[in-house]
Amino acid sequence: MLKILKYSFYDLMRSSWSYVYLGFYLLLGIVLLFLNNDLSKAVITLMNVIIVLVPLIGTIFGVMYYYNSKEFTELLLAQPLKRSSIFLGQYLGVAISLSMSLIIGLGLPFIAYGLFKSSAIWDFSLLLIVGVFLTFIFSALAFNIALSHENKIKGFGYAILMWLFLAIIYDGLFLMSLIIFEDYPLDKVSLIGTMLNPIDLSRTLILLKLDISALLGYTGAVFKQFFGTSFGLIISFVMLLVWVILPVFRIVFKSRKKDF
Amino acid sequence: MKIRFSIIIFIITTYFATAETKTVCEAGCDFNSIQTAVDSSESGDKIFIKAGIYNESNIVIYKKSLHISGENGTIIDTENNGYGFSVEATDIVIKNLTIKNIKISYTKEYAGILLFKSYDFVIENITVDNAFFGFLIQKSKDGIVKNNIISGQGKAEADSGNAIHLWHCENVKITNNDVRRMRDGIYLEFGNSSYIANNYSTENMRYGLHFMFSNDNTYEKNIFEANGAGVAVMFSKRIKMFNNTFKRNWGTASYGILLKEINDAELKHNVFEDNTIGINADGTNRITYFENTFKNNGYAIKVHGACYDNIYSRNNFLYNSFDLSYSGKLNSNKFENNYWSNYTGYDLNKDNIGDTPYRPVKLFSYLVNRTPESIVLLRSLFIDIIDFSEKVSPVFTPENLIDNQPLMTQVEW
Repeated sequence: MLKILKYSFYDLMRSSWSYVYLGFYLLLGIVLLFLNNDLSKAVITLMNVIIVLVPLIGTIFGVMYYYNSKEFTELLLAQPLKRSSIFLGQYLGVAISLSMSLIIGLGLPFIAYGLFKSSAIWDFSLLLIVGVFLTFIFSALAFNIALSHENKIKGFGYAILMWLFLAIIYDGLFLMSLIIFEDYPLDKVSLIGTMLNPIDLSRTLILLKLDISALLGYTGAVFKQFFGTSFGLIISFVMLLVWVILPVFRIVFKSRKKDF
Repeated sequence: MKIRFSIIIFIITTYFATAETKTVCEAGCDFNSIQTAVDSSESGDKIFIKAGIYNESNIVIYKKSLHISGENGTIIDTENNGYGFSVEATDIVIKNLTIKNIKISYTKEYAGILLFKSYDFVIENITVDNAFFGFLIQKSKDGIVKNNIISGQGKAEADSGNAIHLWHCENVKITNNDVRRMRDGIYLEFGNSSYIANNYSTENMRYGLHFMFSNDNTYEKNIFEANGAGVAVMFSKRIKMFNNTFKRNWGTASYGILLKEINDAELKHNVFEDNTIGINADGTNRITYFENTFKNNGYAIKVHGACYDNIYSRNNFLYNSFDLSYSGKLNSNKFENNYWSNYTGYDLNKDNIGDTPYRPVKLFSYLVNRTPESIVLLRSLFIDIIDFSEKVSPVFTPENLIDNQPLMTQVEW
């Protein structure tokens, strides 16, 4: 598995896409810092970008890589290798290289700007951790979708739809249900609602670490009580981890049964 | 000759007897206790307290016009024993003292200096450390309170008092004071025609400045920083608020200003920065908000019900999460000629007035008003999308709540 991981990783490192991705984050970091001149403000703006773009890029990259390396995968399948190690190796290759682009691309400009001397370092590292989690989650989901659909167009379509659902439609449904049931106490429900969607969970985690939390009023207080404690933080990271592990299990399970 | 000389001596001594200066110190002065010095003084006398620590409390001054002053290092330690000074007199001056360790009580309002029915008083350069109440001024008028430093150690609202507390007072000037870590910084209860300026009020648990049933007051050039709420103006009329700074009043129930049931007030040239809610208005009538700056607040202005005839003009709204949250109908309130940093319109004829109107209430702030829990979706992509579509074609937000003539550049004042 490690060999395949290594191969996938180097393969992606050599491809220009990784550099484009890295360059994009470098540029974003530099522009944000140059325009804002304020580290903690830049972290907030960055959050908006990470919450939306990282899942999207993870999804598209995952699907693309799977379909692109399909012939090579079939070649590998003819070798005496465990199926799970082939697919897991590829998945980890994609996820790790994407995460590296993210960390290096955003980290460099911020370090150059003096992150280590700033108090924003914890917010920033939380941002990166969340970004890495989102990359792992969404590339795993993308692999799942690609594994289930031979048809590339269908696969891409479903992958985009999945992103659209978690990033936008889910919030819409969530908001609608909050309004419909507004006569009932909703703080617990909204807590559960945010826990179930990795994008919402990441957004809330970062928001509560930043100063905006006081804006959330009473509901924010309930949230802060939960996420502010180490117990809540552990629960939310466990939740994110579950979001990684479940799709990965399905990759293993699916690949074992799949007919090539 | 000898007789004449003695006459001169006599004249001089009688002359000084009318305005005698008595000194107090531990040894070698006229007195070694402040209370005995007060007791043996007449109206018009001066008492000078030399540097040293005096373990005295409940020093009573009753119907004597005295001029009490200390010097650097004059400390009165009440040792948690009640009041510092308890005064009922006119023409009273107390200055240059440090009073510390005021007793905390749940039944009595122990203060560094208690003034009762005192007219023409001056309290100046007093430091009250570890205060329960700082100055408690009751039924008094025509006084000056200036250059004082008052700080407390209270942990909760219940076991802490107010730094400067006026009750049934009139015409008091409160200037250049520094009040911190108390319940209220400055509290006017039935305090009329007073003037409050250049004070610095910070880290107070409840309000930096608090008006209750107090009319015709002016406060200006004060700084209110990191209090439970900056200023609370309640049940008062004709309050003028000029050139104040409200900043970092940040928390789940924090405001820059809390306006509750007030009429005919005027806010001008104030700066609201980094507050959870800049102005929280509830039941306010005929108030003009002119040339204020709201910057980086959660909500710049939150308007609850029962507000009529308020005019918001030439204010700067800069980078607030919500510029305005509004309950109920517009009720003849007016928004005109403000600068909104979120305004995206254009100005073809270059008259510095935007050609398209601005709607300060976003759909999301309307939704949050209705279902507070939906605030958890703050900064979600979905919210940005619906805010945008609402801006393009308004459906939910109050139709006539618009600034018809938004400015294109920031107001300078």
